[in-house]
Amino acid sequence: MKTLTMPSFGADMAMGSIVKWNVKPGDQVAKGDIIASIETMKGLIDMEVFDNGTIVALIADEGDEVEVGRPIAELQLSNEEYSDNKSEETLLREGSPNVAVNSSSSINKIPVSDASAGQTVTNKTSLETTDSLNKNVHVQITQQPKISPAARTKAIRLGIDWRLLPKGTGPDGALLLDDINIAKKTLAKPGSGHVKDPSEAMREAIAATVSQSKRDIPHYYLQLDIVLDKALKWLSIHNADLDPNKRILITAVIFSAIARALNAFDAFNGFYRDGHYQPADSVHLGNAISLRQGGLMVAAIHDAQRLGLVDLMDKITDQVTRARKGGLRMSEMQDATVTVSNLGDRGTDSIQSIIFPPQVAIFGIGRPRVMPWVIDNKLSCATIVSISLAADHRVSDGHSGARLLNKINKLLQTPEKLI
Amino acid sequence: MNKNQSIKDLVCKLILDIAPEADMQNLDPNEELREELDLDSMDFMNLLDSIAKQTAVNIPESDYSKVNSLQALTDYIASRS
Repeated sequence: MKTLTMPSFGADMAMGSIVKWNVKPGDQVAKGDIIASIETMKGLIDMEVFDNGTIVALIADEGDEVEVGRPIAELQLSNEEYSDNKSEETLLREGSPNVAVNSSSSINKIPVSDASAGQTVTNKTSLETTDSLNKNVHVQITQQPKISPAARTKAIRLGIDWRLLPKGTGPDGALLLDDINIAKKTLAKPGSGHVKDPSEAMREAIAATVSQSKRDIPHYYLQLDIVLDKALKWLSIHNADLDPNKRILITAVIFSAIARALNAFDAFNGFYRDGHYQPADSVHLGNAISLRQGGLMVAAIHDAQRLGLVDLMDKITDQVTRARKGGLRMSEMQDATVTVSNLGDRGTDSIQSIIFPPQVAIFGIGRPRVMPWVIDNKLSCATIVSISLAADHRVSDGHSGARLLNKINKLLQTPEKLI
Repeated sequence: MNKNQSIKDLVCKLILDIAPEADMQNLDPNEELREELDLDSMDFMNLLDSIAKQTAVNIPESDYSKVNSLQALTDYIASRS
């Protein structure tokens, strides 16, 4: 038997609400099935299951707000031996970067032993996934009241579950800001004082993670100014005749160079836990996506070093869209082996970031800017991007960090090879 | 004039689809659009994509500097549709 707990989708997540269960007691589930939709400060997330088995009980009800790490369901594993070995190991799934707030999560890693069986499961999963996604859409349309974005933000900030409120005063019964203010007064009754404000809880969770990182990880920082002109010129030719949705952004080119360079630098891609460093097998590049309502979401681009630029760009676009509108998968939220923080083209010239434990490195990409630059002993104009690296000195040294940044630079000078 | 206004309305609607919290009422149409509404390069690309689908006007990268305000963007589409 295994207890499934409210997963963490980031160090700044303290609570989650079950919006919809896709399973009921007695249902068989397979690894990868989406068993629930969870509403967080960051929108709707699809929760996957990481084992094959049967749902025994649902501990949390739809609409319940549950702290990260608290039990929400019981799962009978189909492989009992595996269950006996792992049931007490209510630690992180290997590969998850969430520590501070997620230490009691019970998502375990499935050993991949039988390739043919895995294939069958995969086929079945994709069918069920489509089905459950359809159900989700249906539920959202029929059960959730309409609400204005401002009212929704306010409700979340106040910790009011707006899905449980009566119809509002807007068009089609939509909830407006005033409705939330009224609901706040109605709900403000004695005894509810112990409920933590979600935005306060999020701030506390962020504080815990970054404090732990700064306390435990001896960071060192490097930065390299990289000439982007070759990459930009190549991109402008590539994008010239393409529809907007087929165009590749410079971000994707930089991500690709980072992922490919990391492939040969083990000491920057993996996890440091309990005094021991374990390099990862593949580069799951965490993309720190800023959300409109504030806060950050890190979505992992799986096996980024193997993706060509077109696929990588598709993946980034898809994930940014889902991060902002809801529908990121749990595995995307938890698998990152290294993180990239990208300020975009309207940010500042550079950023020095804090490592996201148990990862051991984080890159910061500044705003590309046109500057006077000396090329071949001549002063000219060049577009420069400052890429920084913050890395864990317990695992690597500045010398190898510098080699890694120089490798990224080299890859960016031959963009045609990244396609 | 009517045509320009309806294009501007359409562009405003498409922006709100991408950035629901954008304050279109108080947007100065001649100010830098992305700066004012905090649209990143991904948002902007999505906006151009929906404009291309709705108006059949495909704005190439080389013309990005000509469409950096709401007014400029509206005029650009109007002159080509």
